[in-house]
Amino acid sequence: MIELRDISRTFTVGGQEVRAMDHVSLAIGAGEYLSIMGPSGSGKSTLLNIIGLLDTPNSGTYMLEGRDVTSLDDKQLAATRSKKIGFIFQFFHLIARLTAEENIELPLMLAGVAARERHERSAPLIDSFGLSNRQHHKPDELSGGQRQRVAIARAVINRPAVLLADEPTGNLDRSSGAEIIDLLERLNAEGQTLVVVTHDPEIGNRARRRIRVVDGRLAADSGG
Amino acid sequence: MRPLDILRFGLMSLGSNRVRTLLMLLAMSIGVAAVVLLTGIGNGARLYIVDQFASLGTNLVIIIPGRAETASNTPATLVGETPRDLTLEDAQALSRSELVARVAPLNIGELHAVRQGRERQVPVLGSTTSFLDIHHLEIALGTFLPEEDWDIARPVCVIGPKVHQELFGRESALGELIRLGGYRCRVIGILGSEGRSLGFDTQELVIVPVAFAQMLYNTSGLFRILVEGKDPETLPRLKKHITETIAKRHHGEEDVTIITQDSVLATFDKILKTLTLTVAGIAAISLVVAGILIMNVMLMSVAQRTAEIGLCKALGATQGKIMTMLVSEALLLSAIGGVMGLMLGFAGAFGIAQVYPELKTMPPVWAVAAAMTTALGTGFIFSLLPARRAARLDPIRALAGH
Repeated sequence: MIELRDISRTFTVGGQEVRAMDHVSLAIGAGEYLSIMGPSGSGKSTLLNIIGLLDTPNSGTYMLEGRDVTSLDDKQLAATRSKKIGFIFQFFHLIARLTAEENIELPLMLAGVAARERHERSAPLIDSFGLSNRQHHKPDELSGGQRQRVAIARAVINRPAVLLADEPTGNLDRSSGAEIIDLLERLNAEGQTLVVVTHDPEIGNRARRRIRVVDGRLAADSGG
Repeated sequence: MRPLDILRFGLMSLGSNRVRTLLMLLAMSIGVAAVVLLTGIGNGARLYIVDQFASLGTNLVIIIPGRAETASNTPATLVGETPRDLTLEDAQALSRSELVARVAPLNIGELHAVRQGRERQVPVLGSTTSFLDIHHLEIALGTFLPEEDWDIARPVCVIGPKVHQELFGRESALGELIRLGGYRCRVIGILGSEGRSLGFDTQELVIVPVAFAQMLYNTSGLFRILVEGKDPETLPRLKKHITETIAKRHHGEEDVTIITQDSVLATFDKILKTLTLTVAGIAAISLVVAGILIMNVMLMSVAQRTAEIGLCKALGATQGKIMTMLVSEALLLSAIGGVMGLMLGFAGAFGIAQVYPELKTMPPVWAVAAAMTTALGTGFIFSLLPARRAARLDPIRALAGH
């Protein structure tokens, strides 16, 4: 479903070229549960950003659901991100002035979906994510675990092809972190393709397929 | 994104920083209020003056001896010849046209009016019966100048109420004698206290028959001749008729200047309109200043909301959408500030109208429209740069900057 072919990405930092991705090829099938691990600065975030269409590679091709998305313009990129990609961030990135429900519905609002339909689509998520009694609260009235649940609901409301989680437990205590991982694994069990970037081996090792990135290259791939 | 959602999103974002929003609204509303109020005052002044002129009647033609435009380059000026005087006969000749409703010759000067040791300097105006109607004056007591031949220097006068009070106190003046510059004359009428025609205060006026005034001033000329046309439509023909008649009588020389109320009115109207526009323009500068303020605050707001903007991009907002959101926010701010300013401006105009009832300080529609357009325009233009900056934010960096 996701196919990266010979992807390279270089940055220029202080006049020096830094190779963040060095000829990486990777295929991810639908419904996979994949973790990307590696030391900081290894390029795992760059890999995630490229998969998430937030970053464009300098060379190589990226096929998403059989379609070449390597060189799309801003509009096509935005539309593809909106429909195919769900992001989960370490710092949740909820909008403080919106309620939990409004935060969950934000992708739909940006896509121009009518309020009634937004509500119809967010209601079952709020229910199944155990947020029913918190849906009208602002993020600063929620616990860390609840915030991340809101963020996950927001990521999956458009039924994305792939769910990308960047250190989803990095800002949570152990028990809420475990809750979040449970939730993500539950979604994966329901067929959601899941990619988790982490440097925490305990979390990374739970994935069925584990990838290790070092110096912009795939150092290890448990298979897929 | 639906328009309603954009609106709601913008309102929420404005509501999340109340102090900042209120300050911007204040700046915007002061700008709009200034435009509305100043144009209102300017327009009020214009209407006031137009009104004053209209009270004189718009089919009035004023003839002044001498020709301003040609005075300096005719041989006459070289040999030191003054223009020919206008005479009573000229005025009489003019009254014989069927285009003319009324003619009033006019002489004016200042004389001492004396009565039993009380003395006062007054403007003395020599004219005929028709002056009363031409200037819409009213008689409070007695009669106006008698209708008789213009060259009879009957020693009678009509005095203004103020002159009456100062020379006679509470006594009756009708039939009494006063001295005007060495001649005695009888008071036959008192002017009503109403009426302040442009140029002179009828309250302190003394009006005498024109021939008597010529005697008082020892002249055979006239200060000017007022001609009232029968119909405003025939005014151009009347002007031509006057020019021709006077030229015929003055050996073919066009040595008078003819002024119509219309042209004077038009000039005043133009001057005051320009003035109003200028003032409005100056006030509009404050709107531009408000616009720059909006730009500054929007730039700050974009910097503060970097993560939010990055998030929206990651969630599938195009650059255009981000720009639309931010520009809408600025437009919303301008619109609310503008409406507040309109209310403020109209309240101010209303307040001034209460203090100065003769000044109709109603801001003209074009000024209201222009103020709102400028407010929205500056809001739009000055939000473009911050919005563009936001739209071009790199979402990776925007989201990482925590």
